[in-house]
Amino acid sequence: MTIPLEPQARSRRISTAALARVEGEGAMNVRIRGSEVLEVQLRIYEPPRFFEGFLKGRSYTEVPDITARICGICPVAYQTSGSLAIEQACGITVDGPIRELRRLLYCGEWIESHALHLYLLHAPDFLGYESAIHMAADHPALVERGLATRKIGNQLLITLGGRAEHPINPRTGGFYRAPSREELQPLVEPLQRALEDTLDTIALTGTLTMPELERDYEFVALMDDDGRYPIDRGRIISSSGLDIPPEDFEEHFVEEHVAHSNALHSRLRDGGSYMVGPLARYSLAFDTLSPMAQEAAGNAGLGPTCNNPFQSIIVRGVELAYALEEALRLIDAYEQPDPPAIALEPRDGVGSGVSEAPRGILWHQYKIDASGTIRNARIVPPTSQNQRAIEEDLYSFVSEHLDLSDDDLQWQCEQAIRNYDPCISCATHFLKLHVERT
Amino acid sequence: MTEVAVKPKLAVWKFSSCDGCQLSLLSCEDELLDLVGQVEISYFLEASRAEVEGPYDLSLVEGSITTEQDAERIHRVRRVSRRLVTIGACATSGGIQALRNFADVEDFVAAVYPSPEYVSTLEHSTPISAHVPVDFELRGCPVNKYQLLEVVRAALGDRSPPIPASSVCQECKLRGNVCVLVAHGTPCLGPVTHAGCGALCPSFNRGCYGCYGPMESPNARSLSTWLQKVGMDDVDLVRVYRTFNAAAPAFQRESERHDHSA
Repeated sequence: MTIPLEPQARSRRISTAALARVEGEGAMNVRIRGSEVLEVQLRIYEPPRFFEGFLKGRSYTEVPDITARICGICPVAYQTSGSLAIEQACGITVDGPIRELRRLLYCGEWIESHALHLYLLHAPDFLGYESAIHMAADHPALVERGLATRKIGNQLLITLGGRAEHPINPRTGGFYRAPSREELQPLVEPLQRALEDTLDTIALTGTLTMPELERDYEFVALMDDDGRYPIDRGRIISSSGLDIPPEDFEEHFVEEHVAHSNALHSRLRDGGSYMVGPLARYSLAFDTLSPMAQEAAGNAGLGPTCNNPFQSIIVRGVELAYALEEALRLIDAYEQPDPPAIALEPRDGVGSGVSEAPRGILWHQYKIDASGTIRNARIVPPTSQNQRAIEEDLYSFVSEHLDLSDDDLQWQCEQAIRNYDPCISCATHFLKLHVERT
Repeated sequence: MTEVAVKPKLAVWKFSSCDGCQLSLLSCEDELLDLVGQVEISYFLEASRAEVEGPYDLSLVEGSITTEQDAERIHRVRRVSRRLVTIGACATSGGIQALRNFADVEDFVAAVYPSPEYVSTLEHSTPISAHVPVDFELRGCPVNKYQLLEVVRAALGDRSPPIPASSVCQECKLRGNVCVLVAHGTPCLGPVTHAGCGALCPSFNRGCYGCYGPMESPNARSLSTWLQKVGMDDVDLVRVYRTFNAAAPAFQRESERHDHSA
């Protein structure tokens, strides 16, 4: 026990050794002296897995199967960004019904991932429960709705991808097998039901007490080339007017290695931190949301941009509704692609690909040779891009909430981290909480 | 007479992995709340910030051992677990991380991290069984959630789980699939790969890529001859055996037979 010499110099250390309700292993350290926040660290101790290392010397066709294993929760994002990069290296653009099928598969991943985070990982923070399992005792209908919504996302993944984790059907150039229109029909009714449920949930999230925090973020997201809400590909844009193709990513963004983390931190080459994910997409692409999703957002109290990271639970609900609606639209307009994949011929070259994982943009780049062997691989996942923004959120939040008890501060700091739905497994390819007051 | 029913305690532990296998537990949408009624989920960080002290009746372990700290932590997990079941390829064979076993890990560190001195890692990725006794190993990258539920139920009922150790070929025949290797000349690891997925890949017009690891008594040498007949060379053969179960002994031996790089 330490006895403070004088009240204003009281030191506190708040820490969480192992963050819960995130994917992967991380910790948080916050050190406070009196009313000054000395240090905030999001520590990522998930062991490094060296995917870029393994990919060298492999075949260009192996990218979707190998990179899927970076993450059990967003494998489709890896498969999509990876395939786009390989296709660009081979001089091919996949359009038409194959692209639409990819977007439909990707909607499945958004639905299962957003439903998991909104209902099972994030909602317990707002309602004061340790977990969804504890929450289920008092709010069984809410948890059941979450599970049912996640299930339809998984069914979409199973129908199109073969299974929900590490789908086997996507390949460079398209798919091994395209489903018939008839195979998609059983998905329609559960998607419609999940959409109705989601609209109710968005209204509910609008009534939750939101911790106060407004930050002036530099948002980075994709802009879809067909004017749709960004999901499966696009140009990279930002709130300060950046507008670049995927291949120019490294000219504008850098990754840095810091001692406390096995994930690399990203920043803008001529600036500081930036944010990717639901808030960024929503604020940059609000106009491309469906009228129904826009209206639901408005009814829950959101304007066309959102700068309170805690409101990400509402934004995820809005994106969930959009993904359900978009999946229904894509199924209705579905034409079975024949053949299900475009044949690729390897050639000496470099290709880049980027797509909107549920947590934000995921960028891949490969250099391949004429035999199709990968000579170099670069992967930048969303959570490592968000690491600085998360630490800055914690700094601002702690500075403004020093009156909270250590326990409350710790919980709300954890909640502030969960705002990002961080995926630590991805970022080490990449999290730990520790608040210290001295 | 009244008796307070004490629910068995379930813990879920993560080592080096993608989280996909433990996520399968949360993907049991129709069974999860039932399961919660039968067991006390005592430690499951991905789902809950609450922790109930051990010992635990059943520990599910995901991931492989790749750091000194984890090599010590797995012993602590074993000490507090009455039964320990590994779930998935990482925990059972070292996972895709075991590709480092065939290379110099320093090269991998340097390929990914600009400041390699900040990274601490072991040279090899090893399965849980290389460190502590394991009661059952459930295969798959990822595991099949129905098999996972069976394993949990079996462990709670003190019986062995009904998980066949036969090959993907058998599941293909049961499904009535046309053989992709014989009929289409598509390279397929089905004959040597552990059953459990339900012959998923051949049902989608592609060859099995071995994500469940070797079956009980695989004849990989014979399969390689077949794969050569459909056009694979040694480089291709090394690649097909070196994916998500590269360090499973039967796959490792076969890949080394074709690896002339050393």
